[in-house]
Amino acid sequence: MSGDNVYEALTADGTGDARWAFGTGFSDPLEGVEMTPAGDDLAAYCLMLGDDALIMSHRLQEWVTRAPELEDEVAIANIALDLLGQARLLLARTGRDEDELAFARDAGEFRNVRLAELPNGDFAELVVRLLIFSTWRLAVVSRLRGSSDPVLAAIAAKAVKELAYHRDYAARWAVRLGDGTEESRRRMLDALDERWPYVADLFAADPVERGPFAVDPASVRPEFDQVVGEVLGRATLAVPASGGEPAARGTRTGALAPLLEEMQGVARTLPGATW
Amino acid sequence: MVTALEIARTVTDPELPQLTLAELGVLREVAERDGRVTVWITPTYTGCPAMDTMRDDLVHRLEDAGYGEVDVRVTLAPAWSSDWITAEGRRKLADAGIAPPGRAPRRTSGPVPLTLGPTRTAACPLCGSADTEELSEFGATACRALRRCRSCREPFDHFKEH
Repeated sequence: MSGDNVYEALTADGTGDARWAFGTGFSDPLEGVEMTPAGDDLAAYCLMLGDDALIMSHRLQEWVTRAPELEDEVAIANIALDLLGQARLLLARTGRDEDELAFARDAGEFRNVRLAELPNGDFAELVVRLLIFSTWRLAVVSRLRGSSDPVLAAIAAKAVKELAYHRDYAARWAVRLGDGTEESRRRMLDALDERWPYVADLFAADPVERGPFAVDPASVRPEFDQVVGEVLGRATLAVPASGGEPAARGTRTGALAPLLEEMQGVARTLPGATW
Repeated sequence: MVTALEIARTVTDPELPQLTLAELGVLREVAERDGRVTVWITPTYTGCPAMDTMRDDLVHRLEDAGYGEVDVRVTLAPAWSSDWITAEGRRKLADAGIAPPGRAPRRTSGPVPLTLGPTRTAACPLCGSADTEELSEFGATACRALRRCRSCREPFDHFKEH
Protein backbone atom coordinates (compact mmCIF):
# COMPACT_ATOMS: atom_id res chain seq x y z
CA MET A 1 0.00 0.00 0.00
CA SER A 2 1.25 3.44 -0.83
CA GLY A 3 1.59 5.66 2.17
CA ASP A 4 0.07 8.60 0.32
CA ASN A 5 -3.48 7.43 0.00
CA VAL A 6 -5.02 5.01 2.44
CA TYR A 7 -7.94 4.39 0.08
CA GLU A 8 -5.72 3.11 -2.73
CA ALA A 9 -5.55 -0.35 -1.25
CA LEU A 10 -9.33 -0.60 -1.21
CA THR A 11 -9.57 -0.30 -4.98
CA ALA A 12 -6.50 -2.39 -5.76
CA ASP A 13 -6.92 -5.85 -7.25
CA GLY A 14 -6.72 -8.76 -4.93
CA THR A 15 -8.96 -10.41 -2.44
CA GLY A 16 -6.60 -10.64 0.50
CA ASP A 17 -7.46 -9.41 3.95
CA ALA A 18 -5.08 -6.53 3.40
CA ARG A 19 -7.85 -4.68 1.60
CA TRP A 20 -9.67 -4.25 4.86
CA ALA A 21 -8.32 -2.18 7.67
CA PHE A 22 -9.03 -4.82 10.27
CA GLY A 23 -9.17 -8.06 8.29
CA THR A 24 -12.24 -10.08 7.51
CA GLY A 25 -12.81 -12.25 10.54
CA PHE A 26 -13.45 -11.30 14.11
CA SER A 27 -12.33 -13.91 16.54
CA ASP A 28 -13.69 -14.60 20.00
CA PRO A 29 -12.73 -11.59 22.14
CA LEU A 30 -12.04 -13.90 25.08
CA GLU A 31 -9.89 -16.33 23.08
CA GLY A 32 -7.15 -17.69 25.27
CA VAL A 33 -8.52 -16.17 28.47
CA GLU A 34 -8.41 -18.81 31.16
CA MET A 35 -11.80 -19.21 32.77
CA THR A 36 -14.19 -21.66 34.31
CA PRO A 37 -17.47 -22.28 32.45
CA ALA A 38 -20.17 -19.82 33.43
CA GLY A 39 -23.04 -21.29 35.46
CA ASP A 40 -26.62 -20.50 34.47
CA ASP A 41 -26.99 -17.49 36.75
CA LEU A 42 -23.64 -15.96 35.81
CA ALA A 43 -24.42 -16.48 32.11
CA ALA A 44 -27.84 -14.86 32.57
CA TYR A 45 -26.22 -11.94 34.36
CA CYS A 46 -23.58 -11.40 31.67
CA LEU A 47 -26.31 -11.58 29.04
CA MET A 48 -28.23 -8.77 30.75
CA LEU A 49 -25.22 -6.51 31.05
CA GLY A 50 -24.13 -7.39 27.51
CA ASP A 51 -27.57 -6.67 26.05
CA ASP A 52 -27.67 -3.27 27.76
CA ALA A 53 -24.36 -2.38 26.12
CA LEU A 54 -25.22 -3.85 22.72
CA ILE A 55 -28.59 -2.12 22.35
CA MET A 56 -27.39 1.21 23.76
CA SER A 57 -24.43 1.00 21.39
CA HIS A 58 -26.75 0.52 18.44
CA ARG A 59 -28.86 3.56 19.34
CA LEU A 60 -25.66 5.61 19.60
CA GLN A 61 -24.48 4.30 16.23
CA GLU A 62 -27.71 5.65 14.73
CA TRP A 63 -26.38 9.11 15.58
CA VAL A 64 -23.46 8.72 13.17
CA THR A 65 -23.97 11.25 10.31
CA ARG A 66 -26.63 13.02 12.42
CA ALA A 67 -24.66 14.61 15.26
CA PRO A 68 -24.64 18.42 15.52
CA GLU A 69 -20.85 18.76 15.20
CA LEU A 70 -18.09 16.56 13.83
CA GLU A 71 -16.42 16.38 17.26
CA ASP A 72 -19.65 15.07 18.79
CA GLU A 73 -20.11 12.60 15.98
CA VAL A 74 -16.67 11.21 16.75
CA ALA A 75 -17.38 11.21 20.47
CA ILE A 76 -20.70 9.37 20.10
CA ALA A 77 -19.13 6.82 17.74
CA ASN A 78 -16.30 6.26 20.24
CA ILE A 79 -18.75 5.72 23.08
CA ALA A 80 -20.73 3.31 20.90
CA LEU A 81 -17.51 1.41 20.11
CA ASP A 82 -16.58 1.14 23.77
CA LEU A 83 -20.02 -0.26 24.59
CA LEU A 84 -19.85 -2.68 21.68
CA GLY A 85 -16.52 -3.91 23.02
CA GLN A 86 -18.06 -4.41 26.46
CA ALA A 87 -21.00 -6.22 24.86
CA ARG A 88 -18.71 -8.60 22.99
CA LEU A 89 -16.76 -9.57 26.10
CA LEU A 90 -19.90 -9.99 28.20
CA LEU A 91 -21.75 -12.02 25.58
CA ALA A 92 -18.66 -14.18 25.10
CA ARG A 93 -18.50 -14.75 28.88
CA THR A 94 -21.94 -16.43 28.75
CA GLY A 95 -20.19 -19.31 27.00
CA ARG A 96 -22.43 -18.99 23.97
CA ASP A 97 -21.54 -17.68 20.52
CA GLU A 98 -21.61 -13.87 20.55
CA ASP A 99 -22.86 -13.63 16.96
CA GLU A 100 -25.68 -16.06 17.65
CA LEU A 101 -26.71 -14.01 20.64
CA ALA A 102 -26.55 -10.69 18.82
CA PHE A 103 -28.04 -11.71 15.49
CA ALA A 104 -30.22 -14.77 16.01
CA ARG A 105 -32.42 -13.81 18.96
CA ASP A 106 -35.84 -12.20 18.65
CA ALA A 107 -36.85 -9.11 20.62
CA GLY A 108 -38.58 -11.18 23.31
CA GLU A 109 -35.31 -12.94 24.15
CA PHE A 110 -33.31 -9.77 24.81
CA ARG A 111 -32.68 -8.82 28.43
CA ASN A 112 -31.71 -5.14 28.16
CA VAL A 113 -33.32 -2.39 30.18
CA ARG A 114 -36.04 -0.46 28.33
CA LEU A 115 -34.08 2.82 28.45
CA ALA A 116 -31.46 1.43 26.05
CA GLU A 117 -33.88 0.54 23.29
CA LEU A 118 -36.14 3.62 23.18
CA PRO A 119 -36.08 5.40 19.82
CA ASN A 120 -33.67 8.32 19.59
CA GLY A 121 -34.98 11.85 20.01
CA ASP A 122 -33.11 15.13 19.66
CA PHE A 123 -29.59 15.83 20.95
CA ALA A 124 -30.93 16.76 24.40
CA GLU A 125 -32.61 13.37 24.56
CA LEU A 126 -29.30 11.70 23.77
CA VAL A 127 -27.58 13.70 26.52
CA VAL A 128 -30.24 12.82 29.10
CA ARG A 129 -30.35 9.15 28.13
CA LEU A 130 -26.55 8.85 28.14
CA LEU A 131 -26.28 10.67 31.47
CA ILE A 132 -28.78 8.30 33.09
CA PHE A 133 -27.37 5.18 31.43
CA SER A 134 -23.67 5.83 32.00
CA THR A 135 -24.12 7.10 35.58
CA TRP A 136 -26.02 3.94 36.46
CA ARG A 137 -23.72 1.60 34.56
CA LEU A 138 -20.55 3.17 35.96
CA ALA A 139 -21.90 2.81 39.50
CA VAL A 140 -22.67 -0.87 38.89
CA VAL A 141 -19.49 -1.68 36.99
CA SER A 142 -17.15 0.06 39.44
CA ARG A 143 -18.48 -2.33 42.12
CA LEU A 144 -18.25 -5.29 39.74
CA ARG A 145 -14.46 -4.96 39.91
CA GLY A 146 -14.90 -6.97 43.10
CA SER A 147 -16.99 -9.69 41.43
CA SER A 148 -16.40 -13.28 42.57
CA ASP A 149 -15.98 -14.17 38.87
CA PRO A 150 -12.45 -13.11 37.89
CA VAL A 151 -13.34 -12.70 34.20
CA LEU A 152 -16.27 -10.42 34.99
CA ALA A 153 -14.07 -8.49 37.44
CA ALA A 154 -11.44 -8.03 34.71
CA ILE A 155 -14.02 -6.88 32.15
CA ALA A 156 -15.38 -4.42 34.74
CA ALA A 157 -11.91 -3.04 35.50
CA LYS A 158 -11.52 -2.08 31.85
CA ALA A 159 -15.09 -0.86 31.36
CA VAL A 160 -14.99 1.44 34.35
CA LYS A 161 -12.33 3.64 32.74
CA GLU A 162 -14.37 3.92 29.55
CA LEU A 163 -17.67 4.63 31.28
CA ALA A 164 -16.10 7.45 33.29
CA TYR A 165 -15.42 9.24 29.99
CA HIS A 166 -18.97 8.57 28.77
CA ARG A 167 -20.53 9.97 31.92
CA ASP A 168 -18.32 13.08 31.87
CA TYR A 169 -19.24 13.71 28.24
CA ALA A 170 -22.97 13.52 28.95
CA ALA A 171 -22.63 15.52 32.18
CA ARG A 172 -20.78 18.41 30.50
CA TRP A 173 -23.36 18.62 27.74
CA ALA A 174 -26.18 18.47 30.30
CA VAL A 175 -24.72 21.51 32.09
CA ARG A 176 -24.16 23.36 28.84
CA LEU A 177 -27.66 22.74 27.50
CA GLY A 178 -29.57 23.06 30.78
CA ASP A 179 -27.83 26.30 31.68
CA GLY A 180 -27.76 27.42 28.05
CA THR A 181 -30.36 29.11 25.88
CA GLU A 182 -34.09 29.12 26.44
CA GLU A 183 -34.45 26.60 23.64
CA SER A 184 -31.72 24.21 24.86
CA ARG A 185 -33.15 24.37 28.37
CA ARG A 186 -36.68 23.62 27.15
CA ARG A 187 -35.39 20.61 25.24
CA MET A 188 -33.52 19.30 28.29
CA LEU A 189 -36.67 19.62 30.40
CA ASP A 190 -38.69 17.76 27.77
CA ALA A 191 -36.06 15.02 27.54
CA LEU A 192 -35.98 14.60 31.32
CA ASP A 193 -39.78 14.32 31.39
CA GLU A 194 -39.70 11.69 28.66
CA ARG A 195 -36.87 9.54 30.00
CA TRP A 196 -37.18 9.79 33.76
CA PRO A 197 -40.08 7.28 33.93
CA TYR A 198 -37.58 4.60 32.82
CA VAL A 199 -35.12 5.29 35.65
CA ALA A 200 -36.92 3.09 38.17
CA ASP A 201 -36.29 0.03 35.93
CA LEU A 202 -32.54 0.36 36.43
CA PHE A 203 -32.69 -0.30 40.16
CA ALA A 204 -35.24 -3.13 40.22
CA ALA A 205 -33.09 -6.18 40.94
CA ASP A 206 -33.53 -9.30 38.86
CA PRO A 207 -33.07 -12.55 40.84
CA VAL A 208 -29.70 -13.22 39.17
CA GLU A 209 -28.44 -9.84 40.35
CA ARG A 210 -28.33 -11.23 43.87
CA GLY A 211 -25.53 -13.70 43.08
CA PRO A 212 -22.02 -13.31 44.58
CA PHE A 213 -20.66 -12.40 41.14
CA ALA A 214 -23.24 -9.60 40.72
CA VAL A 215 -24.01 -6.12 42.03
CA ASP A 216 -27.49 -5.49 43.41
CA PRO A 217 -28.55 -2.41 41.39
CA ALA A 218 -30.65 -1.14 44.29
CA SER A 219 -27.39 -0.61 46.19
CA VAL A 220 -26.11 1.94 43.66
CA ARG A 221 -29.20 4.18 43.79
CA PRO A 222 -27.66 6.62 46.32
CA GLU A 223 -24.58 7.13 44.12
CA PHE A 224 -26.80 7.60 41.06
CA ASP A 225 -28.97 10.17 42.83
CA GLN A 226 -25.93 12.03 44.14
CA VAL A 227 -24.18 12.25 40.74
CA VAL A 228 -27.27 13.07 38.68
CA GLY A 229 -28.34 15.56 41.35
CA GLU A 230 -24.96 17.31 41.14
CA VAL A 231 -25.07 17.46 37.34
CA LEU A 232 -28.65 18.69 37.12
CA GLY A 233 -27.95 21.19 39.90
CA ARG A 234 -25.09 22.66 37.87
CA ALA A 235 -27.39 22.59 34.85
CA THR A 236 -29.99 24.57 36.86
CA LEU A 237 -32.50 21.79 36.19
CA ALA A 238 -34.65 20.16 38.86
CA VAL A 239 -34.42 16.42 39.37
CA PRO A 240 -37.80 15.10 38.20
CA ALA A 241 -40.09 13.55 40.76
CA SER A 242 -39.77 9.80 40.67
CA GLY A 243 -42.37 8.53 38.28
CA GLY A 244 -43.21 5.25 36.69
CA GLU A 245 -43.45 1.76 38.06
CA PRO A 246 -40.31 -0.30 37.45
CA ALA A 247 -40.60 -2.88 34.70
CA ALA A 248 -38.87 -6.23 35.10
CA ARG A 249 -35.88 -7.17 32.92
CA GLY A 250 -37.10 -8.46 29.59
CA THR A 251 -40.10 -6.11 29.41
CA ARG A 252 -40.16 -4.71 25.88
CA THR A 253 -41.45 -1.38 24.57
CA GLY A 254 -42.10 -2.23 20.94
CA ALA A 255 -39.06 -0.20 19.88
CA LEU A 256 -36.65 -3.13 20.00
CA ALA A 257 -38.10 -5.19 17.15
CA PRO A 258 -37.56 -2.45 14.51
CA LEU A 259 -34.04 -1.87 15.90
CA LEU A 260 -33.23 -5.57 15.57
CA GLU A 261 -34.64 -5.64 12.06
CA GLU A 262 -31.88 -3.24 11.06
CA MET A 263 -29.13 -4.61 13.31
CA GLN A 264 -29.74 -8.23 12.32
CA GLY A 265 -30.79 -7.66 8.70
CA VAL A 266 -27.60 -8.72 6.96
CA ALA A 267 -26.82 -11.60 9.30
CA ARG A 268 -30.31 -13.05 8.90
CA THR A 269 -30.50 -12.56 5.13
CA LEU A 270 -27.06 -14.04 4.52
CA PRO A 271 -26.36 -16.48 7.37
CA GLY A 272 -22.66 -17.15 7.84
CA ALA A 273 -21.63 -14.46 5.34
CA THR A 274 -18.23 -12.84 5.78
CA TRP A 275 -16.86 -9.66 4.27
CA MET B 1 18.42 -18.00 16.22
CA VAL B 2 16.59 -14.88 17.21
CA THR B 3 14.28 -15.58 20.16
CA ALA B 4 10.51 -15.40 19.84
CA LEU B 5 10.49 -12.56 22.34
CA GLU B 6 12.91 -10.51 20.24
CA ILE B 7 10.72 -11.04 17.15
CA ALA B 8 7.47 -10.28 18.96
CA ARG B 9 9.04 -7.09 20.27
CA THR B 10 9.45 -5.77 16.71
CA VAL B 11 5.76 -6.07 15.77
CA THR B 12 4.17 -2.63 15.49
CA ASP B 13 0.70 -1.34 16.32
CA PRO B 14 -1.69 -1.23 13.32
CA GLU B 15 -3.02 2.21 14.27
CA LEU B 16 0.27 3.71 15.46
CA PRO B 17 2.88 2.02 13.25
CA GLN B 18 5.62 4.20 14.77
CA LEU B 19 5.32 2.21 17.97
CA THR B 20 5.78 -1.45 18.71
CA LEU B 21 3.20 -3.39 20.70
CA ALA B 22 5.86 -3.79 23.37
CA GLU B 23 6.36 -0.02 23.63
CA LEU B 24 2.59 0.43 23.95
CA GLY B 25 2.44 -2.07 26.80
CA VAL B 26 0.07 -4.29 24.79
CA LEU B 27 2.55 -7.16 24.51
CA ARG B 28 2.51 -8.76 27.93
CA GLU B 29 4.42 -12.03 27.74
CA VAL B 30 6.09 -14.39 25.30
CA ALA B 31 6.76 -18.01 26.21
CA GLU B 32 8.73 -20.40 24.03
CA ARG B 33 8.88 -24.16 24.48
CA ASP B 34 9.98 -26.83 22.01
CA GLY B 35 9.48 -24.48 19.08
CA ARG B 36 5.97 -23.59 20.24
CA VAL B 37 5.31 -19.97 21.06
CA THR B 38 2.56 -18.51 23.20
CA VAL B 39 2.09 -14.74 23.17
CA TRP B 40 -0.17 -12.80 25.56
CA ILE B 41 -1.54 -9.43 24.51
CA THR B 42 -3.98 -7.12 26.27
CA PRO B 43 -6.45 -4.69 24.66
CA THR B 44 -6.08 -0.97 25.30
CA TYR B 45 -9.85 -0.38 25.10
CA THR B 46 -12.40 -3.20 25.14
CA GLY B 47 -13.78 -2.16 21.75
CA CYS B 48 -10.36 -1.85 20.14
CA PRO B 49 -10.96 -3.26 16.63
CA ALA B 50 -7.24 -3.71 16.00
CA MET B 51 -6.86 -6.77 18.25
CA ASP B 52 -7.38 -9.25 15.42
CA THR B 53 -4.84 -7.49 13.25
CA MET B 54 -2.32 -7.51 16.10
CA ARG B 55 -2.90 -11.22 16.53
CA ASP B 56 -2.42 -11.89 12.81
CA ASP B 57 0.71 -9.73 12.63
CA LEU B 58 2.29 -11.56 15.57
CA VAL B 59 1.47 -14.97 14.11
CA HIS B 60 2.79 -14.08 10.64
CA ARG B 61 6.00 -12.52 11.92
CA LEU B 62 6.79 -15.45 14.17
CA GLU B 63 5.92 -18.00 11.48
CA ASP B 64 8.14 -16.18 9.00
CA ALA B 65 10.94 -16.51 11.54
CA GLY B 66 10.50 -20.28 11.60
CA TYR B 67 8.23 -20.86 14.55
CA GLY B 68 5.70 -23.52 13.58
CA GLU B 69 3.07 -23.21 16.25
CA VAL B 70 2.14 -19.77 17.43
CA ASP B 71 -0.70 -19.17 19.86
CA VAL B 72 -1.75 -15.59 20.62
CA ARG B 73 -3.87 -15.22 23.73
CA VAL B 74 -5.75 -12.32 25.26
CA THR B 75 -5.24 -11.36 28.86
CA LEU B 76 -7.59 -8.87 30.53
CA ALA B 77 -6.15 -8.56 34.02
CA PRO B 78 -4.54 -6.39 35.10
CA ALA B 79 -6.29 -3.88 32.83
CA TRP B 80 -4.03 -2.05 30.40
CA SER B 81 -2.94 1.40 31.49
CA SER B 82 -1.35 4.19 29.46
CA ASP B 83 1.30 4.18 32.21
CA TRP B 84 2.65 1.04 30.55
CA ILE B 85 3.79 2.98 27.47
CA THR B 86 7.58 2.95 27.65
CA ALA B 87 9.82 6.03 27.64
CA GLU B 88 10.89 5.17 24.11
CA GLY B 89 7.22 4.80 23.14
CA ARG B 90 6.46 8.24 24.55
CA ARG B 91 9.33 9.78 22.60
CA LYS B 92 8.05 8.17 19.39
CA LEU B 93 4.50 9.41 20.04
CA ALA B 94 5.77 12.96 20.43
CA ASP B 95 7.87 12.61 17.25
CA ALA B 96 4.69 11.53 15.44
CA GLY B 97 2.90 14.69 16.62
CA ILE B 98 0.92 12.94 19.35
CA ALA B 99 1.27 14.32 22.87
CA PRO B 100 2.13 11.42 25.17
CA PRO B 101 -0.13 10.71 28.17
CA GLY B 102 0.55 12.00 31.68
CA ARG B 103 0.15 9.75 34.70
CA ALA B 104 -3.12 7.84 34.70
CA PRO B 105 -5.46 8.13 37.69
CA ARG B 106 -5.05 5.15 40.01
CA ARG B 107 -8.35 3.91 41.30
CA THR B 108 -9.10 0.29 41.93
CA SER B 109 -12.14 0.61 44.15
CA GLY B 110 -14.72 3.13 45.30
CA PRO B 111 -16.90 5.52 43.30
CA VAL B 112 -15.39 7.34 40.34
CA PRO B 113 -15.54 11.12 40.87
CA LEU B 114 -17.44 13.22 38.35
CA THR B 115 -15.36 15.60 36.21
CA LEU B 116 -17.33 18.53 34.85
CA GLY B 117 -14.48 20.41 33.22
CA PRO B 118 -11.31 19.51 31.34
CA THR B 119 -8.60 18.54 33.78
CA ARG B 120 -5.88 17.17 31.56
CA THR B 121 -3.03 19.20 30.18
CA ALA B 122 -0.59 18.40 27.42
CA ALA B 123 2.24 20.36 25.87
CA CYS B 124 2.05 20.95 22.12
CA PRO B 125 4.15 18.26 20.43
CA LEU B 126 4.87 20.66 17.54
CA CYS B 127 6.07 23.85 19.22
CA GLY B 128 6.39 22.73 22.84
CA SER B 129 4.02 25.36 24.24
CA ALA B 130 2.15 24.40 27.39
CA ASP B 131 -0.72 26.71 26.42
CA THR B 132 -3.09 24.20 24.81
CA GLU B 133 -6.82 23.55 25.00
CA GLU B 134 -8.96 20.44 24.68
CA LEU B 135 -11.28 20.34 21.66
CA SER B 136 -12.75 16.91 22.33
CA GLU B 137 -12.06 14.06 24.71
CA PHE B 138 -12.76 11.67 21.87
CA GLY B 139 -10.44 11.68 18.88
CA ALA B 140 -9.52 9.69 15.79
CA THR B 141 -9.13 6.47 17.78
CA ALA B 142 -10.48 5.35 21.14
CA CYS B 143 -7.17 6.10 22.84
CA ARG B 144 -6.74 9.69 21.65
CA ALA B 145 -8.23 13.10 22.50
CA LEU B 146 -8.12 16.14 20.23
CA ARG B 147 -6.39 19.32 21.42
CA ARG B 148 -5.28 22.62 19.94
CA CYS B 149 -2.23 24.72 20.68
CA ARG B 150 -3.03 28.32 21.57
CA SER B 151 0.50 29.40 20.60
CA CYS B 152 1.05 27.88 17.17
CA ARG B 153 -2.70 27.26 16.59
CA GLU B 154 -2.10 23.71 15.33
CA PRO B 155 -4.51 20.99 16.40
CA PHE B 156 -2.92 17.80 17.68
CA ASP B 157 -3.79 14.41 19.13
CA HIS B 158 -3.24 13.63 22.78
CA PHE B 159 -2.86 10.02 23.88
CA LYS B 160 -5.31 9.87 26.77
CA GLU B 161 -4.40 8.91 30.31
CA HIS B 162 -6.21 5.65 30.84
